Amino acid sequence: MTQGQTPRDIAQGWSGRIGGPISALREMVERFGCIRQPHMEAVAEVFNLSRAEVRGIVSFYEDLRIEPAARKRIRICQAEACQAVGARALTAATAQRLGIALGETASDGSVSLHAVYCLGLCASGPSATVDDRPVVRATVEALTS
Amino acid sequence: MSVASVPCETLANALGANDIAAALREQGHTVTRTGSLGLAWLEPLVEIDGIAYGPVTDANNLEPVRLGAVDQLPALAGQQRLVFDRCGRQDPFDYDPAPLHTQLQRPPEDILEEVERSGLRGRGGAGFPAHIKWRTVRATPGKRKYVVVNADEGDSGTFADRLVMEGDPFRLIEGMLIAGHATGAGKGIVYLRSEYPLAAERFAKALGVARAAGLLERFDIELFIGAGAYICGEETSLLESLEGKRGEVRAKPPVPAVSGLFGCPTLVHNVITLGAVPAMLQMGGSAYAGIGVGASTGTMTFQLAGNVRRGGLFELPFGLPLRELIEDWGGGTLSGRPIGAVQVGGPLGAYLRGAQLDTPLTYEALAAIGAGVGHGGVVVFDDTVDLMRQAHYAFAFCAHESCGKCTPCRIGAVRGKELVETLMASAQPENELAVILDLCDVMEQASLCQMGGMTPIPVRSALSLPRSGS
Repeated sequence: MTQGQTPRDIAQGWSGRIGGPISALREMVERFGCIRQPHMEAVAEVFNLSRAEVRGIVSFYEDLRIEPAARKRIRICQAEACQAVGARALTAATAQRLGIALGETASDGSVSLHAVYCLGLCASGPSATVDDRPVVRATVEALTS
Repeated sequence: MSVASVPCETLANALGANDIAAALREQGHTVTRTGSLGLAWLEPLVEIDGIAYGPVTDANNLEPVRLGAVDQLPALAGQQRLVFDRCGRQDPFDYDPAPLHTQLQRPPEDILEEVERSGLRGRGGAGFPAHIKWRTVRATPGKRKYVVVNADEGDSGTFADRLVMEGDPFRLIEGMLIAGHATGAGKGIVYLRSEYPLAAERFAKALGVARAAGLLERFDIELFIGAGAYICGEETSLLESLEGKRGEVRAKPPVPAVSGLFGCPTLVHNVITLGAVPAMLQMGGSAYAGIGVGASTGTMTFQLAGNVRRGGLFELPFGLPLRELIEDWGGGTLSGRPIGAVQVGGPLGAYLRGAQLDTPLTYEALAAIGAGVGHGGVVVFDDTVDLMRQAHYAFAFCAHESCGKCTPCRIGAVRGKELVETLMASAQPENELAVILDLCDVMEQASLCQMGGMTPIPVRSALSLPRSGS
């Protein structure tokens, strides 16, 4: 993290830009791991929005998470092209191996499993990401080892 | 020393292209990181002195995967690549702006006429004639006008936008600059989904090159990265999002060409629509209109995905039968089992089966059977597909992605999902089917946008229910 960059500084960096509040909140996630109350307040102040409006933006977009990410974050595509090559079975088997359900984080924060709807790797499914690294023709082993 | 091309593209990279490029450099090759040729089953596909190798797993042992001259690969030679002519064949950042300058020197009216003559229609889903939008933006008074590119490519089975932005980002920049010139817009914005980080990186790099070359002085381009919402692929939701708000759809009219971003006249197009413009102008609108069938002019970037042996992107003239695309180009199912169903045009597209697979791929022929081209995605399922489950998924996806603004979509999707669950366990399915049919009518007729309005398409086709009005 850059020294001295406060949430307000980050929000101001996006002031006047197209889609500014969303980009500012996205950067908060990148810098701080998730969005917390002070981050939303900084965005509200800089963009002259109510706190409710900012909360509304945060709740709308999948990437603007308010829970910290697990140390390892697995996303498996649940969309049709991946369904056609076994994404449902892969998801079930991965969930079983990890001992958590889709959408859950392990209680020790070591790993989380999420749905994603299309990674654009549809000719080589099932596709997934592990910590944002794309995995194609994914297997339980490739995702959990 | 020999020259090697290795794609720098998400799929190829996931399969080791970065390591292969490094190994080839080590061997003394001059390595260019190109885009993908779109032949997914051959990735990573490496070209060395005009000879293709793929899929490459070991850069030190290429002979076993030698495919022959790139130009003569059957899967490439049979295509008519207009949008994708450069993609995968050259360094995307080594750009010659001369042909672009030629187009930008033409009077706007000239270009508008060519667009009209070409019959070019939107490649994002709706298939609306491009020239009407262009002329509307040009004719509508406004202090500012915008060109907005919809690169929120969320349909399962589609990746054409991603391949362009990773492999030939200048194709999109050219299309935007020409559109800006012809419509009188002064600023362009690309709305790219966050699931495509490499496309963002490559496109941003191209913007830097374009800016340094002075190409963006009269028309600037900004890249905006979405934050994870399928609905933002709907044009009015996308505009709301660009204004920094929740991506809730707007009622139409007014259409964006009249009142779009910040209330200004805005040309909204998909990546591939604008990507088709440079080649179209190069050959002339009439010549472009001569490709394809009837009012489905030009080429479509079909994307073959799911349970298929040779998946990838095939740019072909409109008109070939769906079965030919799957069997001849795709080699049939990956599992080797018979085709069970094919979903054409993304999650809001129809599941086609049996004789429907002989339908020619045109806007008109697909519309006649209650289907659509959409963004050109074709997802193949083998005969193990459970279509009841796919109908359930269509409702569930709509429930997950609905922006929540209108009731038929917000509530209808949830009720639809529940109804299919009841149907699955029902002894008297005709009762549930009647209610589902009724719900489909309501969603179709009363939803604010196509999310709720088209969800009935996969549902009806999967459950073999009659189409609306029939």
